[in-house]
Amino acid sequence: MTITIYRARRILTMNPARPEATHVAVRDGRILGAGTLAELQGWGAHRLDERFADRVLMPGFVEGHSHLLEGTQWRFVYVGYFDREDPDGRVWPGARSIDAVVARLAEAARALPAPDAPLVAWGFDPIYFGGRRCERGDLDRVSDTRPVAVLHASMHIINANSPALARAGLLRADIDHPGVPLGADGLPTGELKGPDAMGALAPKVGFDRSVLAGDAQGLRAFARLCVRKGVTTATDLASPLPENAVAMMLEVTGEPDFPTRIVPLLRLQSQPVPDAIARVVALKARSTDRLRLGRLKAVLDGSIQGFSARLRWPGYFNGAPNGLWYLAPEQLQAAYVEALAHGVQVHTHTNGDEATEAALDALQAALARHPARDHRFTLQHCQLADAAQFRRIRALGACVNLFANHHFYWGDQHYQSTVGPERAERMNACATALASGVPLAIHSDAPVTPLGPLFTAWCAIERRTASGRVLGHAERIDRAAALRAITLGAAYTLGLDGEIGSIEAGKQADFAILADDPLEIAADRIREVRVDGVVQGGRVFLAADL
Amino acid sequence: MDAAAPLPVTIVGGYLGAGKTTLVNHLLRHPDGRRIAVLVNDFGDIAIDADLIDARDGDLIALAGGCVCCSFGSDLLGALERLAELPAPPERLLIETSGVALPGALARTLTLAPRARAAAIVVLADAETLEARLDDRYVGDTVRAQLAEADLVLLNKADLAGPAGIARSRLRLAALAPRARASPCVRAAVPAELVFGIDADGVATRAAPDDRPPFGGPRPAPASHAASAWFASISLELAPRVDVARLAAVLTAPAHGVLRAKGLLRDIDGTPVALQVVGARAEIVASGHADPDRGRLVCIGARGALDGAALRAAIAAAVRTA
Repeated sequence: MTITIYRARRILTMNPARPEATHVAVRDGRILGAGTLAELQGWGAHRLDERFADRVLMPGFVEGHSHLLEGTQWRFVYVGYFDREDPDGRVWPGARSIDAVVARLAEAARALPAPDAPLVAWGFDPIYFGGRRCERGDLDRVSDTRPVAVLHASMHIINANSPALARAGLLRADIDHPGVPLGADGLPTGELKGPDAMGALAPKVGFDRSVLAGDAQGLRAFARLCVRKGVTTATDLASPLPENAVAMMLEVTGEPDFPTRIVPLLRLQSQPVPDAIARVVALKARSTDRLRLGRLKAVLDGSIQGFSARLRWPGYFNGAPNGLWYLAPEQLQAAYVEALAHGVQVHTHTNGDEATEAALDALQAALARHPARDHRFTLQHCQLADAAQFRRIRALGACVNLFANHHFYWGDQHYQSTVGPERAERMNACATALASGVPLAIHSDAPVTPLGPLFTAWCAIERRTASGRVLGHAERIDRAAALRAITLGAAYTLGLDGEIGSIEAGKQADFAILADDPLEIAADRIREVRVDGVVQGGRVFLAADL
Repeated sequence: MDAAAPLPVTIVGGYLGAGKTTLVNHLLRHPDGRRIAVLVNDFGDIAIDADLIDARDGDLIALAGGCVCCSFGSDLLGALERLAELPAPPERLLIETSGVALPGALARTLTLAPRARAAAIVVLADAETLEARLDDRYVGDTVRAQLAEADLVLLNKADLAGPAGIARSRLRLAALAPRARASPCVRAAVPAELVFGIDADGVATRAAPDDRPPFGGPRPAPASHAASAWFASISLELAPRVDVARLAAVLTAPAHGVLRAKGLLRDIDGTPVALQVVGARAEIVASGHADPDRGRLVCIGARGALDGAALRAAIAAAVRTA
């Protein structure tokens, strides 16, 4: 059994008993210990590996809320406002105007063989183009024969051109739907808002999430992105997990050079609660080291920027009506009861504070029926929770995974229109969570925002919006807390903190390899820390070699 | 049925426990020759009574009499396409929404489907718990929005709620859903025609222009849950030509207790039409079924609330004939 001792410029272990080290010894993909070379030599014959001698090692980052779509959607054209790195390391510059978007689409269209093959793009963010809406005429400039569909960065809107609308049977004058604005000619303008309107078109142009969920190439691409971002464990939150997708994931993650531990959650959607729980329990037994099955995700409400989140009084700042329940609170409670009875962990999407309150009521009632000492039920996003709710979360033994990246991308909109200044400043209240003793993770919700835990940490530390405003000074957290949130914190919410999240004896040899020291670089530059790759289960994956 | 005509859709909504699935099973038990498809979007099994099921193929359940049932998850439009591709496409579609869905929003989504149209929105309410639901801190606004968009509200479990409970429910409904017409029922046992509409045959078979007992046969003993105990129908013979728009206005007014009506008539200018009424909604379309000698009209209402004499008088007073 070979022992490898890696020497590093600095090892930030996240183990408070031994926070720093210069060497880490690895055997069988696991950590023998972190310390000095002299300390580790006691393990016996070893090979000293110096390749990270001028690098900083951290525990491999854990992304507690992402989606495999972050990998699959690179098969489509990126037209976002911000620069974004693809799985192969190419940085696509942001498209800063509708003309730039059209130009990039036209270039991509020229590369497509068939004249009627649909062209799909994603990441579009016209909120940065002033008040100008994109209309089908804009995209008809790309082609007036080829269907063109452009998914917004929020994932809640699609813009289509005339051929795409025609292919979906939507280029007609008798449509009466709030998600389909009509032009002066009575025909749809090309904007399709919300899942119903989007669903009328997306499958017709080849953008079908259920198909993409079973895509092996997309999973491999997702894992390459994880390597580039220092991520060694990432969630897919969540999918219906049909048998073919599970078989595909087992096969792909089992490939010897697959570099990431994937944690897919089953989404509770149309199946009865007992069936869903039974399925999760059955899946859990099929888990492997790199595919961790056996958790349930529930979605209670919608999104804040889509005005479909459930808010408590006083509701939306711009007067929009309250959002939608995606599950009835009593259905969530039934799911919690059944899950606790079978030892299944549940992650619950709550965006609005009313949804959070309902989830806490459900959890309190379920725990009264099935007391559980260490359930680690986690509220995902939980963006608008106030201090009293964090105290309740703590009292009920729950965790939160807050959407730190949201401030940068939508903070200005939240300040101006969705929830107004005061509540925008308390959104994703990391400092309050920690002060309340709530276990904290922070996330990207990739592909809604780009995968990149160091960027996510920067968001929680700085709380800057795209326009530069600091949104809620009081909720900023220090860098040690932020770095903990993207490692041990996220691992805790997955019940994996005994195995990953820190560099200490017995744990998986999962490291992020950094060219810069996140404790030495200025706090406001943590997002610039360069990532060389990862060590995952003792295997080295360098971005440069992908 | 004309293959090009859009498929008429009845949307069945209502909060959890109101009796949606009971209604679906009741209707599938009484298809009366209609080839019905049911699309279900509840968070739960497709709870079709086992004895109705012929076969299962994945999501699709085949039922006796050529009816089918499937769940549609988040892809309603895809499910509609799959139904249209069946060897024997359905003649009537019933969509059972989830307990927190807004049926009006679903009706608007149907406008995105090229070959389906929302014909009626039926919302069930558990009459025993309705008041508590309406005031619930979390779902009260959802329940109110569901009811406000209904054509018909079925106050289910009327036996448990009792007359006083029904009366209180009606008061609340009048304030928050003024368009909706409400009727009590038990175990969601309602005439299928109330949900799907009365077809031309249904008008023709009620040839006698009088208050016959509902749905053929002698007046039944009022077993507490039977549809016939809670609903009545009347059929009327009208002049050869009537002002259909005025007639529709009479039938859709709340005063006469009409929940559903179907007329096969000639308009005052002689155009043969079919008039379909559900609650406050009326639809007039050209039809080849009208008899040149007389108009025929069938109305369904709550027993005791549907007043044939008053209706005749109102029609005589308000509707020009020739």
